Amino acid sequence: MEHELKYIDLVEQPISMHAKKFALWLFMVTVVMIFAAMTSAYIVRQSEGNWLEYDLPQIFWLTSGIVILSSVFLQYGYYSAKKDNMLGLKIGLAGAVILGIAFLVGQWYSWVALVDEEVFFVGNPSGSFLYVFTGLHALHLISGVIFLIIVLISSFRYQIHSKAMVRMEMATTYWHFLGGLWLYLFMFLLLNH
Amino acid sequence: MSTASVANHDTSAHDHHDHEHHGNFVTTYLFTTDHKMIGKQFLISGIFWALIGGLLSILFRLQLGFPDMSLEFLRPILGGWLDDAGHLDPTFYLALVTMHGTIMVFFVLTAGLSGTFSNYLIPLQIGARDMASGFMNMLSFWFFFMAGVLMFISLFIPTGPAAGGWVVYPPLSALEQAIPGSGLGMTLWLTSMTLFIASQLLGGINYITTVINLRTKGMSFSRLPLTIWAFFLTAVIGLLSFPVLVAAALLLIFDRSFGTSFYLSDIYINGEALPNTGGSPVLYQHLFWFLGHPEVYIVLLPALGITSEVIATNSRKPIFGYKAMIISMLGITILSFIVWAHHMFVSGMNPFLGSIFMFLTLIIAVPSAVKVFNYLTTLWRGNLIFTPAMLFSIGLVSFFISGGLTGIFLGNSAIDIQLHDTYFVVAHFHLVMGSASFFGLLAGIYHWFPKMFGRMMDEKLGYIHFWLTFVGVYMVFFPMHYIGIAGFPRRYYSWTNFDFANMYTDLNMFVSAAAIITFAAQFIFLFNFFYSMYRGRKASLNPWRSTTLEWTTPLYPGHGNWPGEIPTVYRWPYDYSKPGAEEDFIPQTVPLSATPESNLPHEQEQVKLEMEIMKDEEEGLVANESKH
Ligand code: HEM
Ligand SMILES: [Cu+2]
Repeated sequence: MEHELKYIDLVEQPISMHAKKFALWLFMVTVVMIFAAMTSAYIVRQSEGNWLEYDLPQIFWLTSGIVILSSVFLQYGYYSAKKDNMLGLKIGLAGAVILGIAFLVGQWYSWVALVDEEVFFVGNPSGSFLYVFTGLHALHLISGVIFLIIVLISSFRYQIHSKAMVRMEMATTYWHFLGGLWLYLFMFLLLNH
Repeated sequence: MSTASVANHDTSAHDHHDHEHHGNFVTTYLFTTDHKMIGKQFLISGIFWALIGGLLSILFRLQLGFPDMSLEFLRPILGGWLDDAGHLDPTFYLALVTMHGTIMVFFVLTAGLSGTFSNYLIPLQIGARDMASGFMNMLSFWFFFMAGVLMFISLFIPTGPAAGGWVVYPPLSALEQAIPGSGLGMTLWLTSMTLFIASQLLGGINYITTVINLRTKGMSFSRLPLTIWAFFLTAVIGLLSFPVLVAAALLLIFDRSFGTSFYLSDIYINGEALPNTGGSPVLYQHLFWFLGHPEVYIVLLPALGITSEVIATNSRKPIFGYKAMIISMLGITILSFIVWAHHMFVSGMNPFLGSIFMFLTLIIAVPSAVKVFNYLTTLWRGNLIFTPAMLFSIGLVSFFISGGLTGIFLGNSAIDIQLHDTYFVVAHFHLVMGSASFFGLLAGIYHWFPKMFGRMMDEKLGYIHFWLTFVGVYMVFFPMHYIGIAGFPRRYYSWTNFDFANMYTDLNMFVSAAAIITFAAQFIFLFNFFYSMYRGRKASLNPWRSTTLEWTTPLYPGHGNWPGEIPTVYRWPYDYSKPGAEEDFIPQTVPLSATPESNLPHEQEQVKLEMEIMKDEEEGLVANESKH
């Protein structure tokens, strides 16, 4: 019996991946679908006319820069962790957290700018959509910040290093994803405005 | 040994389950992380909801069949929903229809079916200790439970539960002033559904992760039982479509509670103009049906998977066209995302767009027909064993054919203009989705009951249950085709004001009577289910002489499923009546080299290859050892 075991193992290796990481990817798929639905709804609705035109808040350029920079920090932290450079890891994580919060503050000011333009959440859907996009994205980003803070705390407890990268990898993936999601939304708005 | 499969086993949290966990009541029955118990939790909740949903349908069938009857005897339950003459309140009628649809589609046939069998069977049939994350799995059940609590509460509030149909189209569902059900009832509906979706996503992520990552040695995708393929693709569909419902519901919530105008525009209600402008109700329909159509396959695919398994086992034949079955399920999965607008042919959609959706819709008939063909050819000249599970599976095939045919009518946009929102549609989807999936659920229960509870269900009661239900379903839904062609709209409280309707009064009465009998027949099942759980005949280890892995576990598998090692898989799951073999089935755990008498030429080749590889392996081992 032992012999056949070997044969099977050599020929049929089930593809297999770290289950938690895989689940994270699936979660990101659901988030993609929510935003795909939202942005399609935007296009469908826009094509029906009666659409309020207004200027996109300029601060989006700044917040987009911030979110890219935060990803750079985090990636630096990730590489540092891989090389067991604990200081670099902490700097990277802390930088990403601070920039993440800065991004959220910036998004808040985009709402302030909208209100100054007299575009409100309640009113023509073209404005409401913008609030929903940014709000829903911010909600996800908050979950990302919390995730990063948890990883930061465990980095102070020496739980993240080159031999224990799973959480750091997951945090990095998720964070890049959220940054990319924002860039997609911003680009979408620029193109469909 | 390959590292992949070693890692495979380390990742399953619970290894070595020679010893039983002796948890207390709370950890064993309530907050359990054992996939088998969670599956049973879903099953029991599903049965509970099926009873509620069925009861609601009996109430509105009484109204439709016997509009002049006094329902005074139901006053203890219905209270204020009856007027002085004992007639049902018209708005409550709408609430009944809505709750019936919601409960049946989501709570019974989604959670009760996928929740039960994906949870119960995936780890057992792929050879895993448990789901990838037992904790998420537990959360999944309790989110569902909370969703159920909210929906249940909404049945008893003074303004009544949601009443805009299971599709909750705005503006009806968005405006509190529209009908009583659009007030608190609708808020509870939305909250409950949000929890429900969270539950489904947690479950779905788990199912997909488990199927991909935790298969035992040798269990390649081409050796997965079709049940697992079906559960897997169902979870994929859910993962892609439920988030879209979240988006639709979120915008609806904003419209309802924050005053936005995503779906609302230029509405006058009770002579008063609403401030909302610029919204589009058709937008909601697009978003809803992007989930709604895939949802019907979320409901159906698991039932089809169960049927494949039951029919192959009880025909003692390999399933006909295993690959074709997988390909058609894949086809259905993909196509189900690009046909949603066939529910909107009369929404004012561009007719050209309508033709495109018509074309795509009709293509779905092809993979569906392939599946039907394969079921029939599996049955053809098999050594049929008519267990109750087998009968219910054959019943499913019958409903799938008769209901699927009417789908082809409805898929033609020109005919649909006449048939849309009539009882013809009701007949179509109750046969193809409602009854077919319900029969799949029942087949699954009858088939896997011995594994779940270690005892057999009573066969005679099973036969009575089957025949009453099978005949009953056709008695209920077949006449609805005629009623629909005659032009009866669905979701109407009464037709007595229309002259053309009079000639169908008797038919409606007949349908209602049949519905009551069919509903009553379900209590035979209930009795059988609970009685057999405690008093049934003790089951043997493999009562249906089946090939799949779940039957290699002990009679009462503990948390971890197999004492000792997880079995390895050497062959596909459909080696029934293989020429030359001693028995008429060869379990998946029997190696090819142990069955030279029945191996096919290409399998014999594999055995040869196996020997060669083994030799190489050994030489490699020797070389390695000499290095040390
Ligand atoms: C041959 C394949 C099928 C075709 C061409 C088809 C076509 C259609 C069409 C065009 C409608 C809309 C009718 C209307 O509202 O006017 C419809 C309704 C429906 N179909 Fe099918 N169908 C098919 C199979 C199925 C299957 C397999 C299921 C479920 C498992 C299903 C479930 C439903 C449901 C639930 C509705 C009604 C939804 C509602 O309005 O409440 N159909 N079908
Ligand atoms: Cu459909």
